Amino acid sequence: MIFRKRFISVMLLLFVVVLPIVLFAAENPEPTIAGNAEAIKTTKLAIDTVWVLLAGVLVMFMQAGFAMVEAGFNQAKNAGNILMKNLVDFCVGSIAFWIVGFGLMFGAGNGFVGLSGFFLKATSDATFASLSWSPVGLQLKYFFQLVFCATAATIVSGAMAGRTKYSSYIIYSLVISAVIYPVIGHWIWGGGWLGNLGMLDFAGSTVVHSTGAWLGLTGAIVLGPRIGKYTNGKSNAIPGHNILLAGLGVFILWFGWFGFNPGSTMEAIPSISHIAVTTNIAAAAGALSAMFTAWKLFGKADVSMSLNGVLAGLVAITAPCAFVGIGSALLIGLVAGVLVVFAVIFIDRVLKIDDPVGAVAVHGVCGTWGTLSIGLFATEGGLFFGGGAKLLGIQALGVVSVFAWCMVTGFALFYAIKAFNGLRVSREEELRGLDIEEHGMESYDGFQIFTLQ
Amino acid sequence: MKLITAYIRPEKLRDVKKALFKAEVQKMSVTNALGCGQQGGYTTTYRGVISEINLLKKIRIDIGVNDDFVKKTVNAIIEGAKTNNIGDGKIFVTDLLECIRIRTGETDSEAIG
Repeated sequence: MIFRKRFISVMLLLFVVVLPIVLFAAENPEPTIAGNAEAIKTTKLAIDTVWVLLAGVLVMFMQAGFAMVEAGFNQAKNAGNILMKNLVDFCVGSIAFWIVGFGLMFGAGNGFVGLSGFFLKATSDATFASLSWSPVGLQLKYFFQLVFCATAATIVSGAMAGRTKYSSYIIYSLVISAVIYPVIGHWIWGGGWLGNLGMLDFAGSTVVHSTGAWLGLTGAIVLGPRIGKYTNGKSNAIPGHNILLAGLGVFILWFGWFGFNPGSTMEAIPSISHIAVTTNIAAAAGALSAMFTAWKLFGKADVSMSLNGVLAGLVAITAPCAFVGIGSALLIGLVAGVLVVFAVIFIDRVLKIDDPVGAVAVHGVCGTWGTLSIGLFATEGGLFFGGGAKLLGIQALGVVSVFAWCMVTGFALFYAIKAFNGLRVSREEELRGLDIEEHGMESYDGFQIFTLQ
Repeated sequence: MKLITAYIRPEKLRDVKKALFKAEVQKMSVTNALGCGQQGGYTTTYRGVISEINLLKKIRIDIGVNDDFVKKTVNAIIEGAKTNNIGDGKIFVTDLLECIRIRTGETDSEAIG
Protein backbone atom coordinates (compact mmCIF):
# COMPACT_ATOMS: atom_id res chain seq x y z
CA MET A 1 0.00 0.00 0.00
CA ILE A 2 2.73 2.38 1.03
CA PHE A 3 4.81 1.39 -1.97
CA ARG A 4 1.92 2.14 -4.29
CA LYS A 5 1.37 5.56 -2.79
CA ARG A 6 5.03 6.37 -3.18
CA PHE A 7 5.05 5.17 -6.76
CA ILE A 8 2.13 7.42 -7.66
CA SER A 9 3.85 10.41 -5.99
CA VAL A 10 7.07 9.86 -7.89
CA MET A 11 5.26 9.48 -11.20
CA LEU A 12 3.26 12.62 -10.52
CA LEU A 13 6.45 14.56 -9.73
CA LEU A 14 8.14 13.34 -12.87
CA PHE A 15 5.12 14.34 -14.88
CA VAL A 16 5.05 17.85 -13.49
CA VAL A 17 8.78 18.44 -13.81
CA VAL A 18 9.66 16.61 -16.97
CA LEU A 19 6.68 17.42 -19.15
CA PRO A 20 7.27 21.19 -19.37
CA ILE A 21 10.95 20.61 -20.15
CA VAL A 22 10.07 18.29 -23.01
CA LEU A 23 7.34 20.56 -24.30
CA PHE A 24 9.14 23.88 -24.15
CA ALA A 25 12.67 22.79 -24.97
CA ALA A 26 11.69 22.47 -28.56
CA GLU A 27 10.70 26.12 -28.71
CA ASN A 28 14.12 27.39 -27.54
CA PRO A 29 15.81 28.80 -30.63
CA GLU A 30 19.39 28.05 -31.49
CA PRO A 31 21.68 30.70 -29.90
CA THR A 32 22.74 33.35 -32.39
CA ILE A 33 25.22 36.20 -32.03
CA ALA A 34 22.49 38.82 -32.34
CA GLY A 35 20.26 36.96 -29.89
CA ASN A 36 23.05 36.68 -27.35
CA ALA A 37 23.94 40.36 -27.71
CA GLU A 38 20.32 41.22 -27.00
CA ALA A 39 20.25 38.93 -23.96
CA ILE A 40 23.49 40.44 -22.62
CA LYS A 41 22.09 43.94 -23.07
CA THR A 42 18.88 43.02 -21.23
CA THR A 43 20.84 41.42 -18.41
CA LYS A 44 23.19 44.38 -18.11
CA LEU A 45 20.29 46.80 -17.94
CA ALA A 46 18.69 44.67 -15.24
CA ILE A 47 21.91 44.67 -13.20
CA ASP A 48 22.38 48.41 -13.72
CA THR A 49 18.82 49.05 -12.62
CA VAL A 50 19.12 46.93 -9.52
CA TRP A 51 22.42 48.58 -8.58
CA VAL A 52 21.22 52.15 -9.01
CA LEU A 53 17.95 51.45 -7.18
CA LEU A 54 19.86 49.79 -4.34
CA ALA A 55 22.24 52.76 -4.15
CA GLY A 56 19.26 55.11 -4.22
CA VAL A 57 17.52 53.48 -1.27
CA LEU A 58 20.82 53.50 0.64
CA VAL A 59 20.99 57.25 0.13
CA MET A 60 17.32 57.59 1.05
CA PHE A 61 18.13 55.86 4.34
CA MET A 62 20.63 58.63 5.05
CA GLN A 63 17.58 60.74 5.92
CA ALA A 64 17.28 58.54 9.01
CA GLY A 65 20.97 59.10 9.70
CA PHE A 66 20.64 62.87 9.51
CA ALA A 67 17.55 62.78 11.72
CA MET A 68 19.36 60.77 14.40
CA VAL A 69 22.57 62.84 14.28
CA GLU A 70 20.69 66.11 14.55
CA ALA A 71 18.29 64.90 17.25
CA GLY A 72 21.15 63.43 19.27
CA PHE A 73 23.25 66.60 19.06
CA ASN A 74 20.33 68.76 20.17
CA GLN A 75 18.26 69.03 23.33
CA ALA A 76 15.59 66.52 24.35
CA LYS A 77 12.89 69.19 24.26
CA ASN A 78 13.40 69.64 20.48
CA ALA A 79 13.90 66.02 19.38
CA GLY A 80 10.46 65.51 17.85
CA ASN A 81 10.69 68.81 16.00
CA ILE A 82 13.98 67.76 14.41
CA LEU A 83 12.51 64.46 13.32
CA MET A 84 9.54 66.29 11.77
CA LYS A 85 11.86 68.59 9.82
CA ASN A 86 13.77 65.67 8.38
CA LEU A 87 10.49 63.98 7.51
CA VAL A 88 8.85 66.97 5.89
CA ASP A 89 11.81 68.05 3.77
CA PHE A 90 11.95 64.63 2.14
CA CYS A 91 8.20 64.63 1.51
CA VAL A 92 8.06 68.16 0.14
CA GLY A 93 11.23 67.55 -1.88
CA SER A 94 9.92 64.32 -3.44
CA ILE A 95 6.98 66.17 -4.95
CA ALA A 96 8.71 69.47 -5.78
CA PHE A 97 11.63 67.71 -7.46
CA TRP A 98 9.20 65.75 -9.64
CA ILE A 99 7.21 68.82 -10.65
CA VAL A 100 10.00 71.33 -11.35
CA GLY A 101 13.33 70.45 -9.71
CA PHE A 102 14.39 67.61 -11.99
CA GLY A 103 13.53 69.62 -15.10
CA LEU A 104 15.43 72.69 -13.91
CA MET A 105 18.42 70.51 -13.07
CA PHE A 106 18.71 68.09 -15.99
CA GLY A 107 16.29 69.33 -18.63
CA ALA A 108 17.63 70.94 -21.78
CA GLY A 109 17.95 74.68 -21.34
CA ASN A 110 20.78 77.17 -21.23
CA GLY A 111 24.06 77.20 -19.28
CA PHE A 112 22.34 78.61 -16.21
CA VAL A 113 19.22 76.50 -15.83
CA GLY A 114 17.25 73.69 -17.47
CA LEU A 115 13.94 74.73 -18.99
CA SER A 116 12.23 71.52 -20.03
CA GLY A 117 11.29 68.09 -18.76
CA PHE A 118 8.98 69.15 -15.96
CA PHE A 119 6.87 66.31 -14.49
CA LEU A 120 9.47 63.96 -16.04
CA LYS A 121 7.96 64.63 -19.46
CA ALA A 122 10.61 64.23 -22.14
CA THR A 123 9.53 65.96 -25.34
CA SER A 124 12.44 64.55 -27.34
CA ASP A 125 15.59 62.50 -26.85
CA ALA A 126 17.46 65.73 -26.27
CA THR A 127 15.40 66.70 -23.20
CA PHE A 128 17.50 64.72 -20.74
CA ALA A 129 20.68 64.48 -22.83
CA SER A 130 22.68 65.57 -19.78
CA LEU A 131 21.94 62.19 -18.16
CA SER A 132 22.20 60.07 -21.30
CA TRP A 133 25.53 58.65 -20.08
CA SER A 134 23.63 56.49 -17.60
CA PRO A 135 21.87 53.44 -19.07
CA VAL A 136 19.05 53.22 -16.50
CA GLY A 137 15.49 54.41 -17.07
CA LEU A 138 14.32 57.99 -16.62
CA GLN A 139 12.23 57.33 -13.51
CA LEU A 140 15.16 55.70 -11.76
CA LYS A 141 17.35 58.66 -12.70
CA TYR A 142 14.75 60.92 -11.11
CA PHE A 143 14.64 58.80 -7.95
CA PHE A 144 18.42 58.65 -7.61
CA GLN A 145 18.78 62.41 -8.10
CA LEU A 146 15.86 63.10 -5.75
CA VAL A 147 17.54 61.46 -2.76
CA PHE A 148 20.57 63.70 -3.37
CA CYS A 149 18.35 66.76 -3.49
CA ALA A 150 16.73 65.68 -0.21
CA THR A 151 20.18 65.28 1.36
CA ALA A 152 21.10 68.88 0.50
CA ALA A 153 17.78 70.10 1.90
CA THR A 154 18.04 68.17 5.14
CA ILE A 155 21.56 69.41 5.98
CA VAL A 156 20.11 72.87 6.57
CA SER A 157 17.82 71.73 9.38
CA GLY A 158 20.84 70.87 11.54
CA ALA A 159 22.33 74.36 11.37
CA MET A 160 18.95 75.94 12.17
CA ALA A 161 17.88 73.51 14.90
CA GLY A 162 16.23 74.50 18.16
CA ARG A 163 14.73 77.87 17.21
CA THR A 164 13.16 77.79 13.75
CA LYS A 165 9.43 78.12 13.23
CA TYR A 166 8.13 74.87 11.76
CA SER A 167 5.85 76.43 9.13
CA SER A 168 8.76 78.53 7.88
CA TYR A 169 10.90 75.43 7.57
CA ILE A 170 8.34 73.84 5.23
CA ILE A 171 8.40 76.91 2.97
CA TYR A 172 12.19 76.88 2.94
CA SER A 173 12.27 73.13 2.06
CA LEU A 174 10.01 73.71 -0.89
CA VAL A 175 12.14 76.52 -2.33
CA ILE A 176 15.47 74.74 -1.97
CA SER A 177 14.31 71.46 -3.53
CA ALA A 178 12.33 73.14 -6.28
CA VAL A 179 14.74 75.91 -7.30
CA ILE A 180 17.96 76.68 -5.40
CA TYR A 181 19.49 73.20 -5.45
CA PRO A 182 18.45 72.28 -9.02
CA VAL A 183 20.09 75.43 -10.43
CA ILE A 184 23.44 74.52 -8.86
CA GLY A 185 22.95 70.95 -10.00
CA HIS A 186 22.39 72.17 -13.53
CA TRP A 187 25.60 74.22 -13.52
CA ILE A 188 27.75 71.22 -12.61
CA TRP A 189 25.82 68.06 -13.53
CA GLY A 190 23.05 69.14 -15.87
CA GLY A 191 25.09 70.46 -18.79
CA GLY A 192 25.54 73.95 -17.37
CA TRP A 193 28.46 76.35 -17.52
CA LEU A 194 30.64 74.92 -14.73
CA GLY A 195 30.38 71.38 -16.03
CA ASN A 196 31.24 72.63 -19.53
CA LEU A 197 34.33 74.37 -18.15
CA GLY A 198 35.46 70.98 -16.86
CA MET A 199 34.60 71.21 -13.18
CA LEU A 200 34.54 67.78 -11.56
CA ASP A 201 32.29 66.83 -8.64
CA PHE A 202 31.69 63.11 -8.77
CA ALA A 203 28.98 62.64 -6.13
CA GLY A 204 28.41 66.13 -4.86
CA SER A 205 30.84 67.56 -2.28
CA THR A 206 29.85 70.94 -3.70
CA VAL A 207 26.53 70.26 -5.42
CA VAL A 208 24.96 68.54 -2.43
CA HIS A 209 26.98 69.17 0.72
CA SER A 210 28.34 72.69 0.32
CA THR A 211 24.98 73.83 -1.01
CA GLY A 212 23.18 72.53 2.07
CA ALA A 213 25.81 73.96 4.40
CA TRP A 214 26.00 77.45 2.88
CA LEU A 215 22.21 77.73 2.93
CA GLY A 216 22.26 76.55 6.53
CA LEU A 217 24.86 79.21 7.26
CA THR A 218 22.63 81.97 5.91
CA GLY A 219 19.71 80.55 7.88
CA ALA A 220 21.71 80.42 11.11
CA ILE A 221 22.89 84.01 10.60
CA VAL A 222 19.38 85.34 9.93
CA LEU A 223 18.00 83.41 12.93
CA GLY A 224 20.71 84.38 15.41
CA PRO A 225 22.00 82.07 18.14
CA ARG A 226 19.85 80.04 20.53
CA ILE A 227 19.07 81.70 23.85
CA GLY A 228 21.98 81.16 26.22
CA LYS A 229 24.46 80.18 23.52
CA TYR A 230 26.47 83.38 23.91
CA THR A 231 26.68 85.36 27.13
CA ASN A 232 28.82 88.49 27.22
CA GLY A 233 30.45 87.42 23.99
CA LYS A 234 31.49 84.05 25.44
CA SER A 235 30.40 80.84 23.80
CA ASN A 236 28.58 78.35 26.04
CA ALA A 237 28.13 74.65 25.38
CA ILE A 238 24.55 73.43 24.90
CA PRO A 239 25.26 69.70 25.00
CA GLY A 240 23.42 67.21 22.84
CA HIS A 241 20.96 65.04 24.75
CA ASN A 242 21.75 61.63 23.29
CA ILE A 243 25.20 60.79 22.02
CA LEU A 244 24.10 57.21 21.24
CA LEU A 245 21.52 58.43 18.74
CA ALA A 246 24.17 60.69 17.22
CA GLY A 247 26.52 57.71 16.94
CA LEU A 248 23.81 55.55 15.36
CA GLY A 249 23.09 58.35 12.92
CA VAL A 250 26.73 58.60 11.91
CA PHE A 251 26.93 54.86 11.26
CA ILE A 252 23.72 55.03 9.20
CA LEU A 253 25.23 57.87 7.18
CA TRP A 254 28.49 56.00 6.68
CA PHE A 255 26.44 52.97 5.52
CA GLY A 256 24.34 55.13 3.21
CA TRP A 257 27.44 56.74 1.73
CA PHE A 258 28.24 53.44 0.03
CA GLY A 259 25.20 54.22 -2.09
CA PHE A 260 25.98 57.91 -2.34
CA ASN A 261 29.48 57.61 -3.84
CA PRO A 262 29.69 54.22 -5.60
CA GLY A 263 26.08 54.63 -6.77
CA SER A 264 26.91 57.88 -8.53
CA THR A 265 28.36 55.81 -11.35
CA MET A 266 24.64 55.25 -12.11
CA GLU A 267 25.75 52.04 -13.78
CA ALA A 268 27.02 48.70 -12.43
CA ILE A 269 30.66 48.93 -13.47
CA PRO A 270 33.79 47.54 -11.80
CA SER A 271 34.98 50.98 -10.60
CA ILE A 272 32.30 50.92 -7.86
CA SER A 273 34.68 48.80 -5.80
CA HIS A 274 37.45 51.40 -6.08
CA ILE A 275 35.00 54.15 -5.10
CA ALA A 276 33.75 52.15 -2.11
CA VAL A 277 37.35 51.73 -0.91
CA THR A 278 38.35 55.40 -1.30
CA THR A 279 35.10 56.39 0.46
CA ASN A 280 35.75 54.09 3.39
CA ILE A 281 39.44 54.99 3.76
CA ALA A 282 38.66 58.72 3.83
CA ALA A 283 35.93 58.23 6.46
CA ALA A 284 38.27 56.22 8.67
CA ALA A 285 41.09 58.72 8.25
CA GLY A 286 38.76 61.64 8.98
CA ALA A 287 37.53 60.07 12.21
CA LEU A 288 41.04 59.33 13.42
CA SER A 289 42.51 62.70 12.61
CA ALA A 290 39.54 64.56 14.12
CA MET A 291 39.84 62.41 17.23
CA PHE A 292 43.58 63.03 17.64
CA THR A 293 43.20 66.75 16.89
CA ALA A 294 40.47 67.09 19.52
CA TRP A 295 42.48 64.96 21.95
CA LYS A 296 45.46 67.28 21.54
CA LEU A 297 43.36 70.45 21.80
CA PHE A 298 40.89 69.52 24.56
CA GLY A 299 42.84 66.85 26.41
CA LYS A 300 40.22 64.14 25.82
CA ALA A 301 39.25 61.91 22.91
CA ASP A 302 36.06 63.86 22.21
CA VAL A 303 33.14 61.68 21.11
CA SER A 304 31.13 64.20 19.13
CA MET A 305 34.19 65.55 17.32
CA SER A 306 35.22 62.01 16.35
CA LEU A 307 31.73 61.44 14.97
CA ASN A 308 31.94 64.71 13.06
CA GLY A 309 35.31 63.52 11.77
CA VAL A 310 33.71 60.50 10.08
CA LEU A 311 31.30 62.79 8.27
CA ALA A 312 34.10 65.23 7.43
CA GLY A 313 36.08 62.48 5.69
CA LEU A 314 32.99 61.25 3.86
CA VAL A 315 31.96 64.71 2.67
CA ALA A 316 35.49 65.47 1.49
CA ILE A 317 35.88 62.25 -0.52
CA THR A 318 32.44 62.62 -2.14
CA ALA A 319 33.73 64.77 -5.01
CA PRO A 320 37.08 63.06 -5.67
CA CYS A 321 36.17 59.42 -4.85
CA ALA A 322 36.36 58.25 -8.47
CA PHE A 323 39.30 60.39 -9.58
CA VAL A 324 41.94 59.71 -6.90
CA GLY A 325 43.97 56.77 -5.64
CA ILE A 326 43.58 55.12 -2.25
CA GLY A 327 46.65 56.88 -0.80
CA SER A 328 45.27 60.25 -1.88
CA ALA A 329 41.92 59.35 -0.30
CA LEU A 330 43.73 58.73 2.97
CA LEU A 331 45.36 62.18 2.82
CA ILE A 332 42.09 63.86 1.86
CA GLY A 333 40.37 62.24 4.85
CA LEU A 334 43.18 63.13 7.26
CA VAL A 335 43.10 66.80 6.25
CA ALA A 336 39.28 66.86 6.49
CA GLY A 337 39.40 65.53 10.05
CA VAL A 338 41.74 68.30 11.17
CA LEU A 339 39.81 70.93 9.23
CA VAL A 340 36.48 70.03 10.79
CA VAL A 341 37.72 70.51 14.36
CA PHE A 342 39.24 73.91 13.67
CA ALA A 343 36.26 74.96 11.55
CA VAL A 344 33.82 74.10 14.37
CA ILE A 345 35.89 76.16 16.81
CA PHE A 346 36.29 79.04 14.35
CA ILE A 347 32.57 79.25 13.49
CA ASP A 348 31.57 78.91 17.14
CA ARG A 349 34.07 81.20 18.86
CA VAL A 350 35.28 83.66 16.22
CA LEU A 351 32.33 84.10 13.84
CA LYS A 352 29.90 83.45 16.73
CA ILE A 353 27.39 81.70 14.52
CA ASP A 354 25.30 79.11 16.36
CA ASP A 355 25.36 75.89 14.33
CA PRO A 356 24.21 73.21 16.81
CA VAL A 357 25.43 70.18 14.86
CA GLY A 358 28.46 71.61 13.06
CA ALA A 359 26.76 71.33 9.66
CA VAL A 360 28.67 74.26 8.18
CA ALA A 361 32.03 72.89 9.33
CA VAL A 362 31.31 69.34 8.16
CA HIS A 363 29.46 69.92 4.90
CA GLY A 364 30.61 73.41 3.93
CA VAL A 365 34.28 73.51 4.86
CA CYS A 366 35.03 69.85 4.14
CA GLY A 367 32.87 69.92 1.00
CA THR A 368 34.99 72.81 -0.24
CA TRP A 369 38.18 70.97 0.67
CA GLY A 370 36.99 67.83 -1.12
CA THR A 371 36.12 69.73 -4.27
CA LEU A 372 39.49 71.52 -4.32
CA SER A 373 41.33 68.30 -3.56
CA ILE A 374 40.43 66.99 -7.02
CA GLY A 375 42.62 69.76 -8.45
CA LEU A 376 45.50 68.48 -6.30
CA PHE A 377 45.12 64.71 -6.25
CA ALA A 378 43.28 63.72 -9.44
CA THR A 379 45.35 61.09 -11.22
CA GLU A 380 44.42 62.86 -14.46
CA GLY A 381 44.90 66.63 -14.29
CA GLY A 382 45.77 66.99 -10.60
CA LEU A 383 48.52 69.41 -9.57
CA PHE A 384 50.47 66.74 -7.64
CA PHE A 385 50.19 64.33 -10.55
CA GLY A 386 51.71 66.64 -13.13
CA GLY A 387 48.46 68.06 -14.42
CA GLY A 388 49.23 71.70 -13.65
CA ALA A 389 47.00 74.18 -11.85
CA LYS A 390 44.25 74.51 -14.46
CA LEU A 391 41.89 71.97 -12.91
CA LEU A 392 42.49 73.40 -9.45
CA GLY A 393 41.53 76.84 -10.78
CA ILE A 394 38.30 75.53 -12.31
CA GLN A 395 37.42 73.73 -9.08
CA ALA A 396 38.04 76.93 -7.10
CA LEU A 397 35.84 78.90 -9.48
CA GLY A 398 33.08 76.35 -8.96
CA VAL A 399 33.38 76.53 -5.17
CA VAL A 400 33.23 80.33 -5.16
CA SER A 401 30.31 80.48 -7.62
CA VAL A 402 28.22 78.03 -5.61
CA PHE A 403 29.04 79.92 -2.40
CA ALA A 404 27.94 83.21 -3.98
CA TRP A 405 24.70 81.72 -5.36
CA CYS A 406 23.84 80.22 -1.96
CA MET A 407 24.59 83.46 -0.12
CA VAL A 408 22.40 85.53 -2.45
CA THR A 409 19.48 83.11 -2.65
CA GLY A 410 19.78 82.02 1.00
CA PHE A 411 19.71 85.52 2.47
CA ALA A 412 16.93 86.57 0.09
CA LEU A 413 14.86 83.52 1.00
CA PHE A 414 15.32 83.66 4.76
CA TYR A 415 14.79 87.42 5.01
CA ALA A 416 11.65 87.06 2.88
CA ILE A 417 10.32 84.29 5.13
CA LYS A 418 11.23 86.38 8.16
CA ALA A 419 9.26 89.33 6.79
CA PHE A 420 6.15 87.40 5.74
CA ASN A 421 5.86 84.49 8.14
CA GLY A 422 8.46 84.99 10.86
CA LEU A 423 11.49 82.71 10.93
CA ARG A 424 12.05 82.25 14.64
CA VAL A 425 9.81 81.06 17.47
CA SER A 426 9.14 83.24 20.52
CA ARG A 427 11.50 83.31 23.49
CA GLU A 428 9.01 81.41 25.68
CA GLU A 429 8.48 78.78 23.02
CA GLU A 430 12.20 78.29 22.51
CA LEU A 431 12.79 77.89 26.24
CA ARG A 432 9.92 75.48 26.71
CA GLY A 433 10.92 73.45 23.72
CA LEU A 434 9.66 73.15 20.17
CA ASP A 435 8.14 69.70 20.76
CA ILE A 436 5.37 70.96 23.00
CA GLU A 437 4.87 74.33 21.37
CA GLU A 438 5.01 73.33 17.70
CA HIS A 439 3.75 69.76 17.85
CA GLY A 440 1.73 69.54 21.05
CA MET A 441 3.61 66.60 22.53
CA GLU A 442 6.89 65.52 24.05
CA SER A 443 9.41 63.11 22.60
CA TYR A 444 10.27 61.60 25.97
CA ASP A 445 6.95 61.29 27.72
CA GLY A 446 7.39 59.81 31.17
CA PHE A 447 11.07 60.73 31.41
CA GLN A 448 12.45 63.29 33.81
CA ILE A 449 14.16 65.91 31.76
CA PHE A 450 15.97 68.83 33.31
CA THR A 451 15.57 71.97 31.27
CA LEU A 452 18.70 73.83 32.22
CA GLN A 453 19.12 75.96 29.14
CA MET B 1 18.09 80.90 59.64
CA LYS B 2 15.38 80.31 57.08
CA LEU B 3 14.81 77.71 54.40
CA ILE B 4 13.53 79.26 51.21
CA THR B 5 11.73 76.87 48.89
CA ALA B 6 10.57 78.14 45.54
CA TYR B 7 8.62 76.45 42.75
CA ILE B 8 9.18 78.16 39.43
CA ARG B 9 8.63 77.69 35.70
CA PRO B 10 11.36 75.40 34.30
CA GLU B 11 12.16 77.83 31.50
CA LYS B 12 12.82 80.59 34.07
CA LEU B 13 15.59 78.71 35.87
CA ARG B 14 18.25 80.51 33.87
CA ASP B 15 16.87 83.89 34.81
CA VAL B 16 16.45 82.98 38.48
CA LYS B 17 20.00 81.66 38.68
CA LYS B 18 21.24 84.85 37.10
CA ALA B 19 19.27 87.04 39.52
CA LEU B 20 20.46 85.01 42.53
CA PHE B 21 24.03 85.25 41.34
CA LYS B 22 23.65 89.03 41.09
CA ALA B 23 22.29 89.09 44.65
CA GLU B 24 25.37 87.09 45.75
CA VAL B 25 23.33 84.01 46.62
CA GLN B 26 25.38 81.27 45.08
CA LYS B 27 24.29 78.16 46.97
CA MET B 28 21.18 76.25 46.03
CA SER B 29 19.69 72.84 45.39
CA VAL B 30 17.59 72.34 42.28
CA THR B 31 15.20 69.47 41.66
CA ASN B 32 12.53 68.61 39.14
CA ALA B 33 9.02 68.79 40.50
CA LEU B 34 5.48 68.19 39.30
CA GLY B 35 2.59 70.20 40.62
CA CYS B 36 -0.63 72.01 40.03
CA GLY B 37 -2.12 75.26 41.20
CA GLN B 38 -4.16 78.06 39.74
CA GLN B 39 -2.65 77.60 36.31
CA GLY B 40 -4.55 74.37 35.74
CA GLY B 41 -2.98 72.05 33.23
CA TYR B 42 -2.17 72.00 29.57
CA THR B 43 -3.26 69.69 26.80
CA THR B 44 -1.13 67.50 24.62
CA THR B 45 -2.25 65.69 21.54
CA TYR B 46 -0.91 62.27 20.70
CA ARG B 47 -2.11 60.70 17.45
CA GLY B 48 -5.19 62.88 17.52
CA VAL B 49 -6.13 62.03 21.07
CA ILE B 50 -6.15 65.01 23.37
CA SER B 51 -5.02 64.49 26.91
CA GLU B 52 -5.19 66.94 29.75
CA ILE B 53 -1.97 67.12 31.67
CA ASN B 54 -2.90 68.13 35.20
CA LEU B 55 0.48 68.08 36.91
CA LEU B 56 2.77 70.63 35.39
CA LYS B 57 6.54 70.48 35.30
CA LYS B 58 8.09 72.88 37.73
CA ILE B 59 11.55 73.37 39.15
CA ARG B 60 12.03 73.39 42.89
CA ILE B 61 14.82 75.47 44.36
CA ASP B 62 15.89 75.11 48.00
CA ILE B 63 18.15 77.67 49.60
CA GLY B 64 19.13 77.86 53.27
CA VAL B 65 20.02 81.43 54.30
CA ASN B 66 20.82 83.57 57.31
CA ASP B 67 18.03 85.92 58.32
CA ASP B 68 19.59 89.02 56.77
CA PHE B 69 19.66 87.29 53.37
CA VAL B 70 15.99 86.31 53.27
CA LYS B 71 14.67 89.43 51.61
CA LYS B 72 17.49 89.60 49.06
CA THR B 73 16.98 85.99 48.09
CA VAL B 74 13.21 86.24 47.81
CA ASN B 75 13.47 89.39 45.72
CA ALA B 76 15.99 87.80 43.42
CA ILE B 77 13.77 84.76 42.85
CA ILE B 78 10.80 87.03 42.10
CA GLU B 79 12.89 89.10 39.73
CA GLY B 80 13.98 86.05 37.80
CA ALA B 81 10.77 84.03 37.81
CA LYS B 82 8.08 86.62 37.27
CA THR B 83 6.25 86.74 33.94
CA ASN B 84 3.03 88.27 35.33
CA ASN B 85 1.09 85.25 34.14
CA ILE B 86 -0.70 82.64 36.22
CA GLY B 87 1.71 79.78 36.86
CA ASP B 88 4.79 81.75 37.85
CA GLY B 89 5.00 79.68 41.05
CA LYS B 90 5.32 80.21 44.77
CA ILE B 91 7.96 80.85 47.39
CA PHE B 92 7.78 79.34 50.87
CA VAL B 93 9.91 80.60 53.74
CA THR B 94 10.22 78.33 56.77
CA ASP B 95 12.25 78.40 59.96
CA LEU B 96 15.40 76.35 59.87
CA LEU B 97 16.42 74.71 63.12
CA GLU B 98 19.93 73.57 62.45
CA CYS B 99 22.57 73.39 59.73
CA ILE B 100 25.76 71.36 59.78
CA ARG B 101 28.54 71.32 57.19
CA ILE B 102 29.53 67.69 56.79
CA ARG B 103 33.20 68.26 55.96
CA THR B 104 34.14 70.51 58.88
CA GLY B 105 31.38 69.98 61.43
CA GLU B 106 30.69 73.75 61.49
CA THR B 107 27.15 74.58 62.47
CA ASP B 108 24.43 77.14 61.78
CA SER B 109 25.32 80.52 60.34
CA GLU B 110 28.93 79.60 59.62
CA ALA B 111 27.88 76.42 57.90
CA ILE B 112 25.11 77.98 55.89
CA GLY B 113 26.99 80.91 54.34
